[in-house]
Amino acid sequence: MARRSAPEVNAGSMADIAFLLLIFFLVTTTMEKDKGIARQLPPIQKEDSTPPVLIKDKNLFIVLVNKNDQLLVEDSPMKLKDLRQAAIEFLDNGGAPSNSPENCNYCQGKKDPSSSDNPNKAIISVQNDRLTSYKMYIAVQNELVGAYNFLRNRESQRLFGWDYTDVKKHVDAGTYVGDRKKAEGNLKEIQALFPLKLSEALPKKTGK
Amino acid sequence: MSKFTKKKSNELPPISTASLPDIVFMLLFFFMVATVMRETNLLVEQQLPKADQVEKLKKDRSIFIFAGKPSQQYKDKYGEEGRIQIGDKYTDVSNIGMALSEARGKLIPELQSKVVVALKVDDDTNTGLVTDIKEKLRELNMVKIIYITTPGNQLDDY
Repeated sequence: MARRSAPEVNAGSMADIAFLLLIFFLVTTTMEKDKGIARQLPPIQKEDSTPPVLIKDKNLFIVLVNKNDQLLVEDSPMKLKDLRQAAIEFLDNGGAPSNSPENCNYCQGKKDPSSSDNPNKAIISVQNDRLTSYKMYIAVQNELVGAYNFLRNRESQRLFGWDYTDVKKHVDAGTYVGDRKKAEGNLKEIQALFPLKLSEALPKKTGK
Repeated sequence: MSKFTKKKSNELPPISTASLPDIVFMLLFFFMVATVMRETNLLVEQQLPKADQVEKLKKDRSIFIFAGKPSQQYKDKYGEEGRIQIGDKYTDVSNIGMALSEARGKLIPELQSKVVVALKVDDDTNTGLVTDIKEKLRELNMVKIIYITTPGNQLDDY
């Protein structure tokens, strides 16, 4: 008896089935790509709480955005692309004299006495109109966070020899190689040098 | 002589498609691994603003709030004003609290106190709407927020 080979299974429709599945997954799923600018909102102030601490004018960097998405920084109009540099100069100024307790020994700015004393004191205040576009709002926030990140990177490079943003990204994602506790401590240290002090006033209703 | 010419046929050999299923399966597995199922049906337009100073969202502890103009197919019914969407339906500013507490209840209990509210807002929206949401969040004591953005930089557009 001759050995009969088993008939081959027709696999021609395999590709069709796989395509069908592929298209199903393409349509019903999304890529994981959610990233954004994290922010902590201030808690609600009670009416009878202690009056706010007076902040010196020179320690306040006021950014106004009007309903036409135009910027007014420290009472002068400014282009969005110059905002980051202006914020860096303000934060890094270190204007307090070297004998005062507020002296900033790591600042590399101009030491202009009419600008901020110390990064710990410096506050950036953003005020926007209700009709400002969200696009512009995020762009401004992005530039200001960019200014902080620039300074934090500079300090972490000087102290530890790595980039703050790089290490923070790895620690957050859990992919940091090495002593994680130590890295977290170092990150805290850098954050203390340039604390993120961004205040947002309630928008005025001038646009209506 | 004819021995050699005989072999030469005019027809092109057919391209073998035997490896086609393999290729498609490879693509299929890639998409199955790299993507997740859509959870909500978007009712608002979502053209997110660009930013590059970003952090990654921790998905296990986040609640999403969408805002923007109603999508094309809902325009006739809901108009052109910016609207808020939580879960699968439109929500009013005054009702955010209830919708958010409900969404928070779905998270793992250990993470409910660490909840992060992810704001996915269309870049054409007025900031006023976002401010209203933020005020409401402060009242609810959900102070950790994250503005979801797309990679890029707004400066490139100017």
